[in-house]
Amino acid sequence: MIWLDSLQEFGQITLKAIARMGRGNLFFLSVLRALPSLRGGTDLLAQQIYSVGVLSLQIIMVSGLSVGMVLGLQGYNMLVDFGAEQSLGQATALSLVRELGPVLTALLFAGRAGSALTAEIGLMKVTEQLSAMEMMAVDPIKRVIVPRFVAALISLPMLAAIFSAIGVLGGFFVGAGLLGVDSGAFWSQMQSKVSFGEDVLNGFIKSVVFGVVAAWIAVFEGYDAVPTTEGVSRATTRTVVETAFAVLGLDFILTAVMF
Amino acid sequence: MINKRWVEIAVGGFVVISLAAMVMLAMKVSNLSAFSAEGAYEVEAHFQNVGGLKVRAPVTMAGVHIGRVAAIELDSQRFDAVVKLAIDEKFNRIPLDTSAAVFTAGLLGEQYVALEPGGEEKTLKNGDRIRIAQSAMVMEQILGQFIFNAAAGDKDKKN
Repeated sequence: MIWLDSLQEFGQITLKAIARMGRGNLFFLSVLRALPSLRGGTDLLAQQIYSVGVLSLQIIMVSGLSVGMVLGLQGYNMLVDFGAEQSLGQATALSLVRELGPVLTALLFAGRAGSALTAEIGLMKVTEQLSAMEMMAVDPIKRVIVPRFVAALISLPMLAAIFSAIGVLGGFFVGAGLLGVDSGAFWSQMQSKVSFGEDVLNGFIKSVVFGVVAAWIAVFEGYDAVPTTEGVSRATTRTVVETAFAVLGLDFILTAVMF
Repeated sequence: MINKRWVEIAVGGFVVISLAAMVMLAMKVSNLSAFSAEGAYEVEAHFQNVGGLKVRAPVTMAGVHIGRVAAIELDSQRFDAVVKLAIDEKFNRIPLDTSAAVFTAGLLGEQYVALEPGGEEKTLKNGDRIRIAQSAMVMEQILGQFIFNAAAGDKDKKN
């Protein structure tokens, strides 16, 4: 019975997916339970913020600048038809602060830092470093996972803020510097239409949510990787793809709720 | 492994840059710096129709920005709109018989409240009411009136 076989396969895939989700949630809970272990010292955390956050600065700043400049150019071309090029600042700032800042930062972060976290933890598993820690009565969740999770969680909102700020500056350089929008009008229109409580704060909340999701997926995929070379490579790919899906889906829901 | 000192310096620099970015987003990009709730006093005005006026729209006098619309509510007794205007304390010598009007900036621009100063010696205080308030122009009403007038004109010609 060929169709019974395919039905069985379908059932297996579903059960596997559910089991994986369950493992992911249990893993998340055990990471949350191990969070107080951070009080012991910040050395591990500083090291991780360096490799996850500081080393991502370059790509975030360059992307932020180029996105802001392109927004300035495109926005100007569209707005000048209506004689409304004064609102270029507002258009650039709103799209950056509300959407592009948090979302693009999370996507870039998944590629730059999330994949590195997964590969690192996965390789620790392949080379049995995690088991060795357990043998020495060192909890790998506390020692390896929590500092990385928290570092990613802290870094992403900070990187998103930097992305948005640099993007606005990029839009300003193109708009006011090259295309001749009045620089006073650029800032004043922006300030009168962008609200701190509604736009900036909601963008920040978005980036915090993305930070939790990106950090969770990255460390879980590494921890859950099949301990082979191929398994680690698959896990790394999955981190990037799953983070992208999760961020884009959550972004739609958050935007629908917030704005 | 990189020197621990350099790691900590780099993390410190990272935090400083991101704090600077957040301060810039708060102060320069959004309006946190301008017209905070303190340092402003509130007066209210009753309008027949506020059109598309929004909360936080500017309040101007002689074209100069002096405050914001703090709230728009419906008066359930008189069925008109109560608009609360938060005016910066710097401008505390506005005459009591000042009038308010809802205008539109440009053809497609946002709506704002313009104040026209009166001549009385007493000044507006917190909680006072602006007595003379001119409603917003609603496009449909103007068009309706125009069409009605045009039709009336045609009839006159035929007779």
